Amino acid sequence: MRISAANIVKYAIAMIFMAGVFLSRHFGIAPGIAAGRSFRDFAMEMAAFLPLMFILIGIIDVWLPRSLIERHVGSGSGIRGSVWVILLAMLQAGPLYAAFPVAQLLWKKGCSTRNIFIYLGAFATIKVPMLTFEIGFLGLRFSLLRTLITLPVFIAIAYIMEALPKTKDFAVLDPATDGKE
Amino acid sequence: MRVMLIITLGAVLASLLFDRRRTWAGIRRGVRMFLGILPDLLVVLIAAAVLLALTPESAIVRLLGRESGPAGIAAAAIVGSIALIPGFVAFPLAAVLHQSGVSLDVIAVFVTTLMMVGIVTLPVERRYFGWKVALYRNGLSFVGALVVGLLMGLFL
Repeated sequence: MRISAANIVKYAIAMIFMAGVFLSRHFGIAPGIAAGRSFRDFAMEMAAFLPLMFILIGIIDVWLPRSLIERHVGSGSGIRGSVWVILLAMLQAGPLYAAFPVAQLLWKKGCSTRNIFIYLGAFATIKVPMLTFEIGFLGLRFSLLRTLITLPVFIAIAYIMEALPKTKDFAVLDPATDGKE
Repeated sequence: MRVMLIITLGAVLASLLFDRRRTWAGIRRGVRMFLGILPDLLVVLIAAAVLLALTPESAIVRLLGRESGPAGIAAAAIVGSIALIPGFVAFPLAAVLHQSGVSLDVIAVFVTTLMMVGIVTLPVERRYFGWKVALYRNGLSFVGALVVGLLMGLFL
């Protein structure tokens, strides 16, 4: 893979950050040490999870027939298709940026624009692993009410995203190939 | 985490049984996708870590704790949109906010913007959707989170 100029800048930022954390540790600068620690936490979460997830997406990509996705969650799939993507999203875990590659795969296989955004909304707000955590800290009443109110809200957002004239030429890009710098 | 390992391993093994070449093609595609987004992800995580270090939990509690009503909602929406706080930190923090007297509609706006709006993760999001769509999605989600908060306030 060729390394673009933009990526060199990004890696340089990472290098400068690492140097900053190293110096902070050496001289005992508290915010620098704290930033290093939370970056380590984020990176550990990512390093363990994301490569596995991307490999799984790659495997699904080569086997999953386009016709299947097109039929069940494509433009003509109606409410049933939206229920499918909501269920798929609810069963997942992880930060929102982990949903983008899945959305890209769904899009590539023929998922409708509306269902892409319903998927993202459901992933962001009503993942089951997250809900159990939320109930533990904020209570069942809060969590249930928030879920019931958020559901129509993100569905409405998906309808608006689909209808916006600016998104007519909508596509979910693959950063590895068509991502334009 | 372990679930992910088992599912991925199972999928790779099952795939290998059927078609070895196709399996390698799939794995290569996955790795390429990962490497394609890695630099952006690194920058986003660095930005999130620096932001978190500069605004410790106590600062967020102070910021959201003092205000209530429209000012509290606005503060919650802005902090929630900018911060990138994983769920296992966000919900305990929300519970602390509630105990320190922050009303539930403000908390609903805070957690909903945290979940749906990601200003720090925009550099990653735009690689998939482009700037325009990413900004629209975040903008609409911001408004949506306010609606959620207002309705929560009516019911709670």
